[in-house]
Amino acid sequence: MTEATRAIEAVWRIESARLIAGLARMCGDVGTAEDLAQDALVVAIEKWPETGVPDNPGAWLMATAKNRAIDRMRREKTYDRKREEIAHDTGALFAIERSDFDAAADEEIGDDLLALIFTCCHPLLSREARVALTLRLLGGLTTGEIARAFLSSESTVAQRLVRAKRTLRDARVPFEVPRGAELDERLGSVLEVIYLVFNEGYAASSGEDWIRRDLCEEALRLGRILAELAPAEPEAHGLVALMEIQASRLAARSGPGGEPVLLLDQDRSRWDPLLIVRGRRELERAEELPGPLGPYGLQAAIAACHAAALRAEETDWVRIAALYDALSQVQPSPIVELNRAVALGMAFGPEAGLELLDQIKDEKELANYHLLPSVRGDLLEKAGRSEEAASEFTKAAALATNDREKELLLRRAEGDG
Amino acid sequence: MRFMMFMYPQIEDEDWNPTPEAVAEMGRYNEELQRAGMLLSLDGLRPPGEGVSVSFDGEGKATVTDGPFTETKEVVGGYWLIQARSKEEAVEWANRVPGEACRVEVRQIFEMEDFPQDVQDAYEGP
Repeated sequence: MTEATRAIEAVWRIESARLIAGLARMCGDVGTAEDLAQDALVVAIEKWPETGVPDNPGAWLMATAKNRAIDRMRREKTYDRKREEIAHDTGALFAIERSDFDAAADEEIGDDLLALIFTCCHPLLSREARVALTLRLLGGLTTGEIARAFLSSESTVAQRLVRAKRTLRDARVPFEVPRGAELDERLGSVLEVIYLVFNEGYAASSGEDWIRRDLCEEALRLGRILAELAPAEPEAHGLVALMEIQASRLAARSGPGGEPVLLLDQDRSRWDPLLIVRGRRELERAEELPGPLGPYGLQAAIAACHAAALRAEETDWVRIAALYDALSQVQPSPIVELNRAVALGMAFGPEAGLELLDQIKDEKELANYHLLPSVRGDLLEKAGRSEEAASEFTKAAALATNDREKELLLRRAEGDG
Repeated sequence: MRFMMFMYPQIEDEDWNPTPEAVAEMGRYNEELQRAGMLLSLDGLRPPGEGVSVSFDGEGKATVTDGPFTETKEVVGGYWLIQARSKEEAVEWANRVPGEACRVEVRQIFEMEDFPQDVQDAYEGP
């Protein structure tokens, strides 16, 4: 890739989402909008190396895309096509000819972008399709980059994208920001998609693959954009806060060999103070809005508690236990209960944690989950019941799928470590 | 990846206070960065005349000098700390900085993982 092409690509990544969003508003279909935007990119790659990047590249790309759209539709109209398709495209053509992108206010562009986010995360699409479409249309990632990030093949991702765009078109999904009761549900899907992208980057313990960190940063970027566009939504701020604080630990969460380092064992001097401050500020925004914190906000508050402790021993476990209590009420799940048991054990002694574990020990969701016996073993050990603890660690080791974790649990079963 | 964009205004100390127009234009630029989800932090600095420089001779001796710093050709006027997906993208954002005669220097931030293990191990943070 030449220097000029790389510069064009950089402009493209900055402008493409807004461009696609504006075009989708005019023609009502994100697939067509993406094609038109791509057409404009091709023209830019042809022309810009000679003319230089124009002063307002966004407006240039939009004007070019509009001209292409008009050419294309005029040409295609002469072919033998179904009448309704022609009617549909003529409507779009009319809208495009009349629209004036240059005069669009920031607010309008913001609405278009928000509509694009909601459309990419539409519940009609599978979770994988939502993630892929979001990364493609909002993040400007190539199919190859998405494939590498999710360890699947390029053709699988390409097919997934084509199918997703067809589904949206066939269902005539309106290009708009949902209102009223629908908004809550649809926002939930958007937040979920962004957090999935983040976790895909965060979950991999090995730092070798640069694209992993990129995914975390991309999710953060999308979350921040969403929180700017929907400032009255506490959970948008809650999610950003959670991601900022979790991302602050990126440099501390794996050891020299790539092995995962647990939160309480991390070298806290490696936590990124800037991201912690940013996360806390975002959490305050969520708290200032009316109503109690939602699941993301509460998880962010827990993460902020950990971040506030310069040393692991200084952790305010009483507060964390209370936050888990609140979380288990708004989003009850056996995993939350398991975490609450850990917090209770740390705050009020091992018996308090063990008591809660007894209540959830038969949960199906935890049946093969190694952390249940592992947490139990930990609490038993703290209570001085080392024989019972050893048997729990053995159980946990048998269930653990990660070799390093298995090894660690076996050592603990032998009363070591 | 993260980049620091240092802005070096080509102005004298007495012109250091910006006009409302310049501030408004800069505000729009900063907002654009923020809306793009790229802005991590930014600040503008008070004039170098109010600054102090502490220099070391390499043998542990420090000399304190009050500003302005006549011996240096240019001084930092402010900075942006941004997240970008490539160096080219950071440069493109630098290209969009509005206003006066100035120089914007784009520098990538070292992340802890960029250092070899022994250097990482030697680090004891705050």
